[in-house]
Amino acid sequence: MTSWMESQVETHSLQDFQRPAVSSKVFIQRDYSSGTICKFQTKFPSELESRLDKQQFEETIQTLNNLYAEAEKLGGSSYLEGCLACLTAYTVFLCMETHYEKVLKKIARYIRDQNEKIYAPRGLLLTDPIERGLRVVEITIFEDRNIGSAR
Amino acid sequence: MKSCDSQQTDLQAVPTPAPIPPPHAASRGPRGARRKWEVFPGKNRFYCGGRIMAAQQSGVLPLTLGLILVTTGLFFIFDCPFLVKHLSSCVPAVGAVLFVFVFITLLQTSFSDPGILPRATPEEAADVERQIDSSGDSSYGPPPRTREVVINQQVVKLKYCFTCKMFRPPRTSHCSLCDNCVERFDHHCPWVGNCVGKRNYRFFYTFIVSLSFLTSFIFSCVSTHLAMRAQDGRGLVSALQESPGSAVELVICFFSVWSILGLSGFHTYLVASNLTTNEDIKGSWSGKSGDVASNPFSHRNVFVNCGSVLCTPLPPSLIDRRGFLPEEEEPAQTCCTDVQLPASANNTQRKCSQGRKGLLESAAPSPLQSTSCPQGEPQTVPPGPRRPSPADSEPTRQASNGCRAQHSAGSQGNASSARHSHHKSRMKKHKEAALSISNPTSHGPVAPTCPDSVPTSRGTSSTQA
Repeated sequence: MTSWMESQVETHSLQDFQRPAVSSKVFIQRDYSSGTICKFQTKFPSELESRLDKQQFEETIQTLNNLYAEAEKLGGSSYLEGCLACLTAYTVFLCMETHYEKVLKKIARYIRDQNEKIYAPRGLLLTDPIERGLRVVEITIFEDRNIGSAR
Repeated sequence: MKSCDSQQTDLQAVPTPAPIPPPHAASRGPRGARRKWEVFPGKNRFYCGGRIMAAQQSGVLPLTLGLILVTTGLFFIFDCPFLVKHLSSCVPAVGAVLFVFVFITLLQTSFSDPGILPRATPEEAADVERQIDSSGDSSYGPPPRTREVVINQQVVKLKYCFTCKMFRPPRTSHCSLCDNCVERFDHHCPWVGNCVGKRNYRFFYTFIVSLSFLTSFIFSCVSTHLAMRAQDGRGLVSALQESPGSAVELVICFFSVWSILGLSGFHTYLVASNLTTNEDIKGSWSGKSGDVASNPFSHRNVFVNCGSVLCTPLPPSLIDRRGFLPEEEEPAQTCCTDVQLPASANNTQRKCSQGRKGLLESAAPSPLQSTSCPQGEPQTVPPGPRRPSPADSEPTRQASNGCRAQHSAGSQGNASSARHSHHKSRMKKHKEAALSISNPTSHGPVAPTCPDSVPTSRGTSSTQA
């Protein structure tokens, strides 16, 4: 009897895992007030109010903004890289990973981390903005069946 | 085995144009999946599996290449032997270095992504539309499709791009020749056969600067050569007869050196003031004061401006040409409950029905190392019914609708070799539709190098119909 119930529970949760219904998507748009650098708005969307802390959200977006600023930063090393690249007729870009790409990998790791620790347990999923052409941060809200679902 | 065979025959009986792979033949993998460049909506051509891209019309790129190769070739054949003997042996060395520079930067300008912005996904477009509708006042007609941003104490208007379905970032413009929004759009250069934008501006600038050095170098060498020959007392005409190639070079260089030097000077000015050709021609920042000090993107320092245009880390290509499309029929994520379903429903359902863990796992790989299904599944599952039941065909239809929505060209949900031909014809229709929307003749500032186009480009004020 109990093993039958357990198997039912198992099937139930397996089905849940197999079909998470997407309830909606929230798009965090770019903030162009500082120019053309990649920066996202930190305004907390109302659709996330029930799922997430405002502070956590702002922290995520602010960290992302800082990472993108680091990627595009104009500093001594970028000048050097630019001059070296110019001298070699930009052929170094064929063999070397650019500074921007290195930071993009860092960003991908950060988003993965955030998803695992904070967003997935709340039924949310952050999509890396690079997959949306750096236009938006897409947050997918999944319908949360495990909490308070009547079945 | 028998059940699998019967499934196979069922599949063959289904009147779809494509055979759907049976569930047990799992790992379709990258072999069967298509790359994003194959469904790219803009008017671009891709070579070498998406590594190289060019505009649809190559413009006069062959002419540019031909002129450079012919002139340099003639230089090495006719002038270098004489000059090495009578002047110095570093003449061909300098010429070779300059030629290599010119050639490489020309190829990089022509065949790299200028900074194309990928079009908005359907969900994004819908979200933007909602925001526009909610902000507009319906009594005054259609809501305005502009947004205003304050950058550096100056109001900048962001326009909505109807083709790409998004608000264009500042300094971005839609090129009607390529049918793409390009970041920091400078101009569409027919001489290199590509747009010049954020990503390839530095290649373009290096190309024209090194080309001006090359043409002036060849011009001066040829003049020196002919002068030295003529000095022997035989006169200029006999010198030209002895070295006919030099005459050709002289003519080519004489006519091109002025325009190329002028262009280099113009672009040096643009770089120093952090302006684009597009902005300069439209007079975006001149305003009432009439000077360019009101450019909100300028750093007010010539060296910082040059650095920010030429020396910033090269931004990545946003269009991810070699990434794989989310597959219609994915390799088996073994779900034992799905075996009873019919094969077609099975495949699309399985594609869209991963657990959250699976979502994380599939979303995890960095887009830079895109292998298969880099985007993960969630985008393809539309806001469906609250309780999709497994036996219901609706979620599969909706799922396949969602999957279909992924491809802007609207390819069908059946994977096949025949899909390519279907797809190509659909792409053609899409392109024809795009042509009717965006009038290619009314494109914005085309290269000022074309003397013909300068007056017309000054007249046109918009880059998108």
